[in-house]
Amino acid sequence: MIISNLELIPGKRVSKHLGLVQGSTVRSKHVGRDLMAGLKNIFGGELKGYTELLQDAREEAVARMVEQAQSVGANAVLNVRFSTSSITAGAAELFAYGSAVTLE
Amino acid sequence: MADLISFLVLLALGYGFGQYFERRHYRSIRRREKELQDILILQSKILPATLQNHHEQFLVNGNVVISVDYFKRFVAGLRNLVGGRVTSYETLIDRARREAILRMKEEALASGAKMILNVKYEMCSIYKGRGRQIGSVEALAYGTAFNPTPATPATAPGGAEHGA
Repeated sequence: MIISNLELIPGKRVSKHLGLVQGSTVRSKHVGRDLMAGLKNIFGGELKGYTELLQDAREEAVARMVEQAQSVGANAVLNVRFSTSSITAGAAELFAYGSAVTLE
Repeated sequence: MADLISFLVLLALGYGFGQYFERRHYRSIRRREKELQDILILQSKILPATLQNHHEQFLVNGNVVISVDYFKRFVAGLRNLVGGRVTSYETLIDRARREAILRMKEEALASGAKMILNVKYEMCSIYKGRGRQIGSVEALAYGTAFNPTPATPATAPGGAEHGA
């Protein structure tokens, strides 16, 4: 499965277009991490816990997108985009989408 | 009175630690930017012709969440009264973006890639909606990394082992 944020893969030809596929996940932080983040809000600096959390969540969103692409019979997802939105306090949605295609 | 003291203590802590972390972060950013400047980052979506038929490609990304400190938030609050550049937040976002790019480059380097195409940024504010806090920002950078592989052995028998 090729995942790329280019619209075309050099040297390969798109033989079939299978439409948009997407994957999303909503994550929230546990209280301990929130507490640490509260402290960090006084001192500044990187919130490592959140960085990892969002990275994990993004991988999960990509995995779901790939699952959907496989179910429609694609062997590549092109033009992938990420988007993040904070839904309520303490929860964020991570969203990945792209177009599923069959490459030759 | 107790309120005022705790406010001043928080402000002093925020200023002290915040400035220290920021300076340290900028030093590290500048050092790593030098180290990683060989990896090309392009907005372009088109691969140079020399690499057209022998490469591996994969998605790489880098992200970081950086928090404001108490002092920055206070200064930004004051800035809101008179308007103008909010320098304290400018540096915060600048750090986040540059760090995200560096992490993306590090991931690309770990897999041997030499260039990253079609790089996109994405920003998100994490603590939005939680009381009056403006909180932290997340920066994400992603793109398609290209790892040049030797030309196929059939066409270049001598050059194939060169990289190993």
